[in-house]
Amino acid sequence: MNFEKKSEINIDRSLGDFSYDVDYTFDAGVGLSESTIDYICDVKNDPDWVRSFRKEGYRKFLEKPMPTHWATKDLENIVFENIRYYLSQGSIPKRTWEEVPEDVKKTFERLGIPEQERKYLAGVEAQFDSEAAYSNIKAAVGKQGVIFVGSAEGLREHPEIFRKWFGKVIPSGDNKFSALNSAVFSGGSFIYVPPGVKVAHPLQAYFRINAQNFGQFERTLIIADEGAEVVYMEGCTAPKFETATLHSAVVELVALKGAKIQYITVQNWSSNVFNLVTKRGVAYEDAQIKWIDCNIGSRLTMKYPGVVMKGRRARGEVVSIALAGEGQHQDTGAKMIHAADETSSNIISKSISLGSGRATYRGMVHVPKHLKKCKNNTECDALLINTQSRTDTYPAITVRGQGHSVQHEASVSQINEEQIFYMQQRGLSEAAAMSLAVNGFVNDLVEQFPMEYSIELKRLIDLEMEGSVG
Amino acid sequence: MNTLSIRHLYASIGEKPILEDLNLDIPQGEVHAIMGKNGSGKSTLAKVIAGHPDYTVTSGDVLLHGESILGMDPQVRARLGFFLAFQYPMEIPGVTIANFIRAALQARLPEGEELEATDYYAELYAKMDTLGIPRSFTARSVNVGFSGGEKKRCEILQMMMLKPRCALLDETDSGLDIDALKVVASGVNALRSSEIGMLVITHYQRLLDYIVPDRVHVMAAGKIVLSGEKDLALKLEAKGYDWVSA
Repeated sequence: MNFEKKSEINIDRSLGDFSYDVDYTFDAGVGLSESTIDYICDVKNDPDWVRSFRKEGYRKFLEKPMPTHWATKDLENIVFENIRYYLSQGSIPKRTWEEVPEDVKKTFERLGIPEQERKYLAGVEAQFDSEAAYSNIKAAVGKQGVIFVGSAEGLREHPEIFRKWFGKVIPSGDNKFSALNSAVFSGGSFIYVPPGVKVAHPLQAYFRINAQNFGQFERTLIIADEGAEVVYMEGCTAPKFETATLHSAVVELVALKGAKIQYITVQNWSSNVFNLVTKRGVAYEDAQIKWIDCNIGSRLTMKYPGVVMKGRRARGEVVSIALAGEGQHQDTGAKMIHAADETSSNIISKSISLGSGRATYRGMVHVPKHLKKCKNNTECDALLINTQSRTDTYPAITVRGQGHSVQHEASVSQINEEQIFYMQQRGLSEAAAMSLAVNGFVNDLVEQFPMEYSIELKRLIDLEMEGSVG
Repeated sequence: MNTLSIRHLYASIGEKPILEDLNLDIPQGEVHAIMGKNGSGKSTLAKVIAGHPDYTVTSGDVLLHGESILGMDPQVRARLGFFLAFQYPMEIPGVTIANFIRAALQARLPEGEELEATDYYAELYAKMDTLGIPRSFTARSVNVGFSGGEKKRCEILQMMMLKPRCALLDETDSGLDIDALKVVASGVNALRSSEIGMLVITHYQRLLDYIVPDRVHVMAAGKIVLSGEKDLALKLEAKGYDWVSA
């Protein structure tokens, strides 16, 4: 079997390549200016402090350079003037399934969400373009005093909690794209879990992009108060369009003393999407933040979930899977900032590159001199499918002072032709054999995803592998 | 009807010819053994029949139940009922034995048909009991960290689950102690029937004490040089392979 000869990759995107007409009530037009931001503020009826926050974000966006010193040149191909920064269905968040527009239901149907998962959707905050098209907080969660709403509702209805943390974990000037998000954000979730409350069911959100040249800029803020526990899951698929689409979210997590937050993402962007996301959490004393992240699709993804361990014994963790298909670049990794004694962090990253796909691991671990007894473990494994596939690893580990423990392991492997032959001898097609080997490679990480997500993940991997051979 | 017929088979790897004018018939219901020195082409024969891409058949034919299988992809040959127990089974990290065999069975079903999970596990556990394999085995990744004996048992387990019409065992006895050998042989013997034809490749006559063949063939320099009844194996053991070529 000669992989070089099989460079023709036809990824089956039939699950994502469709869109239905949606009546957009509000449309900020293409391009970005001060007046675009005023338009967004007026449409969303933003309070004054949000208006000035957006404008400050806009100024920083103009000031900040593109991260060209290390990022791929492909970033230069984003034409900010051609992007539509705000679109709305003009609908307020829906509470029941019956109220959800038929188009949206059809879209979910087409995505093949299984019956079981639709039950989950009963408690889902699903974003359809900029606005939450559907939002239904599970009664039980509400009774526990948990706030789970769209970010717009969050800033209007719960300003006392919202303002305290909003933009604090990721300041608008953190990078050019967080500044852009600060200027034009809409959608996303706001979650507050009161002290000691353990949310039994994962809270879910489902994002899609459904308008050509439309950037999606959701903004999520999750606060787990002292001793609280919450799991949040987001899944993304996007229909394919001919021109590039920009997705640039900001997600901020705050885990107060002894709190635990798990943030799970599975995404499958179509291959024209620039996915430039800033995700970071702050963990206070004895708190734990875990990012579980799976990136499939997109043209370019740049995403490095981070945890700032601010309190003693805080723990940060990033578990990530990236699959870079033909023409795609997954530039992902993690940032672990140790800022207190006895903090520990763990990074496990696995990537798969197929066709001309490129997977890059970029990790930053920072332990300053004055701290004691900090621990970090970093493991990154890469799997290359075709001879022209590419992987790079850039670990930046800065550890000063004594008594810290740091471990780093990296591996690169290729699917062995003898393995494929062995599986074919048992009756599996070459594609099925590849798929099984790839699923096996990521299996220990996939098991960390909730059941329905791991099934979807396996399905996504199968779909990607189907087009990758023969 | 012959389960397997090999007609004037010539095969090479790269430019190097390995099989030269090899002829062999295995009638349905019979078990044949091929013995021979290292480098005589035994394992090449196994891989050529299975359709390994590294080997080129330059002339001749291989028929499975009268149908030529040359030119077919390995998985097509497998689905037609050909099974190869590998001399060196491959590791597949992260894929459990239970999932692997299930995927192999699923691949044989028509599109849209799902394997019945309860029946599958019932059968799997029953066959594992026969081979003295503990239940915990099913959760382990295929061949990863297996001892030599575990690997061979796993091959036989797969064979029993896939129920081939034609099975080829390539040096299944290598690396086995006598107890493991007995277990593996009992698995093979349990599969013997008038429906299946088997070919056992071995270096030593030891295995043939437990899997008693209908015919024994001796291979040297890429072809069958001598065929006989089961006592041929004993003669070989006593006199050595040089006796054949002499």
